[in-house]
Amino acid sequence: MHIMEGFLPVKHAIGWGVASVPFVAYGIYSIKKRIAANPEQRILLGVAAAFSFVLSALKIPSVTGSCSHPTGTGLGALLFGPAAMAPIGAVVLLFQALLLAHGGLTTLGANIFSMAIVGPFVAYGVFRLARALNASLAVSVFLAASLADLLTYVTTSVQLAWAFPDPVGGFMASFAKFAGIFAITQIPLAISEGLLTVLIFNALARFNPAELRDMKLSEASEVRA
Amino acid sequence: MKRYQNVLLIVAVILLGALPLWIVEKPAAGPDGEPAEIFAGADDKAKNLIGEIDPDYQPWFAPLIEPASGEIASMLFALQAALGAGFIGYYLGAARTREKMRQENKALQELKEVDSRQDRTKEQLIRAD
Repeated sequence: MHIMEGFLPVKHAIGWGVASVPFVAYGIYSIKKRIAANPEQRILLGVAAAFSFVLSALKIPSVTGSCSHPTGTGLGALLFGPAAMAPIGAVVLLFQALLLAHGGLTTLGANIFSMAIVGPFVAYGVFRLARALNASLAVSVFLAASLADLLTYVTTSVQLAWAFPDPVGGFMASFAKFAGIFAITQIPLAISEGLLTVLIFNALARFNPAELRDMKLSEASEVRA
Repeated sequence: MKRYQNVLLIVAVILLGALPLWIVEKPAAGPDGEPAEIFAGADDKAKNLIGEIDPDYQPWFAPLIEPASGEIASMLFALQAALGAGFIGYYLGAARTREKMRQENKALQELKEVDSRQDRTKEQLIRAD
């Protein structure tokens, strides 16, 4: 669930847009470089984008009595690095903003920042940390994808609280309210996203052991297991 | 365990999506007698909250195209998911076939090696005669 069209004040809308542009630009550069070096990974990049397409179309009911959807950005961040997901997430968000009136053009910058920048960087960082702590591949992927999903919506709550501080309690009171809507709703969905990312990772690892090994995501022994 | 891992993952995802339908009770109807909505989008709730915090705020931009009805919106969302799922399915199918052919080629190669080794032994035997 993204910030809706027109629901960020002009200054905030522009500010988040400006903040997102360099990430998207660097992301395009990093994808180009990667594909030039490994043309055979092009279709795998498509898979990462497709995964985000599927997951962000699924509006799932949650324990708070409202619906939200996962983001699907964790997979691509692990396969292609966090920056690569910025332009891919931007495409998904643009599709939804233009055709589905979901999210919006004026809030595109803010939504790119939460879903396509914060999420992927969290995924990448958590994955590296978990691997450094000797967590198994499946556990690392799960943690990376679900925390990326959750932090995306925590970011959305921060963005809204910043734009609409509570007249009495200020930013924190407002953040608590928005987080109650977005972040709490997202907890079971984040778990689902983590599980689904492990599922697709299992499938990729089964049929492409060599590619995953090249991407230094897993040890040879684990892929074969 | 490994064998059932994928099945367990899918079951867990379905449960996570379905359980809220049982757990969450429908809120009572509002004072105006209108039935309360349940399982609306979280962004709708956020919109209401913005209205509470800052009643004067007016959205300053409207979506260029809005799906004409909920049905059309759900069609477009289904289309989005179908495109993505179709691509993933194609890729996994292609990757599976590729892996299978690689295995078969490897087996064939080994078979040929065994054959040629046997041929060589035969030749040696003939020469020895």
